[in-house]
Amino acid sequence: MARIAIVIFPGSNCEYDAAAGMALLGAETQFVWHSDRDLSDFDAVILPGGFAHGDYLRPGALARFSPIMESLAAFAQAGGPVLGICNGFQVLTEAGLLPGALQKNRGLTFLSHDTTLIVESPRSVLTSCAQRGQELVVPINHFSGAYTCDDEAYASLLEHDQVVLRYRDNPNGSRGDIAGVSNERGNVVGLMPHPERALSTLTGSADGRVLLESFLDACRVAS
Amino acid sequence: MIVDVTLREGIADPEGATIERALPALGFTGISRVHAGKSFRFEVEASDEAAALEKANALGGRLLSNPVIENAVARLAPKD
Repeated sequence: MARIAIVIFPGSNCEYDAAAGMALLGAETQFVWHSDRDLSDFDAVILPGGFAHGDYLRPGALARFSPIMESLAAFAQAGGPVLGICNGFQVLTEAGLLPGALQKNRGLTFLSHDTTLIVESPRSVLTSCAQRGQELVVPINHFSGAYTCDDEAYASLLEHDQVVLRYRDNPNGSRGDIAGVSNERGNVVGLMPHPERALSTLTGSADGRVLLESFLDACRVAS
Repeated sequence: MIVDVTLREGIADPEGATIERALPALGFTGISRVHAGKSFRFEVEASDEAAALEKANALGGRLLSNPVIENAVARLAPKD
C-alpha cells in the first residue's frame, strides 16, 4: 500500500481532510511534524492547506525554513511525488520547488466557493489520469491565491508544459488563469483549489477524485 | 536599519490598485501610480555602516522579500 506523508506545520489546518481523502482512495497516510527530517519511509508527500507559521511575513515564507524542507527538497529532487494544496502550494513556491509566487487576490477579497478548473496538462503527478481540456469543479478557499510570475518565467512554464490546471473563470487575478503548476519533471505539483474537499457529490463535487487518484497512481509507481 | 520591500516592476499590485481606486471616493485627487509595500525596522550589530547594510540586505533578500516578485533595499534609519 502506498504510504503518504502529510507534513504539519504550526498553523496547518487541512491535514485531516487530506488524510481522509487519501484514505478514501485506499492510501495509508501518516502525519509528519515540520521539525522532523526523515521522509525515507514514504512514497509521496502532501503539504496541506492552512496557515503555516501563521502566514506571518508572507504565506509560506517562514515554513520554507522548517527542518523538513531540506528533506523535502531532496525527496523532490529524487523524483518523489510531492503535492502542495493551497498553503502547501504557497510553501512550495517560497521554497523554490515550484516557479512563481502567490499574491493577494485581485480585489483583496477572501474567496471561498466552487470553481471550474480546466486540465491543461496531463503530464503531472496530479493529472495523469485526467484528460487535457477536462473540466473539474473543485472549491477554492484562500486570500493569497493570485498566481504571479514574470514574463520569462511564464514563457518557460508554457514551453515546458508546466501549467497543470487553469480556472475557467479567473476568480483571483492569477496570471494566465493559472490554478496549479508543476516543476519541469512533473513530480512536484501545487494548486490553490482543494481537491480533497471534492471527493463526494454528497458534499458538492466528486471531481477532485481524478486528481488525487492520479497522485495515488504516482505513489504506487514510486513505491 | 530599515528594509523597504516593494513589488518588482511589472508585477501586479492588487493592494496599490485597490487603494488607488478608493481615492476619488475619499476626496483625494491628483494621486496616481499608487504602490503598496512593506517596511521593516530593526537594529544591527556591526563594525561599521557598510557591514550593517550588507547584513540588512542579506536578510532582506533571503527572508523579508520573495525575490520572485519583490525587491528589498536596506537603508540607515534616521536617528530617533
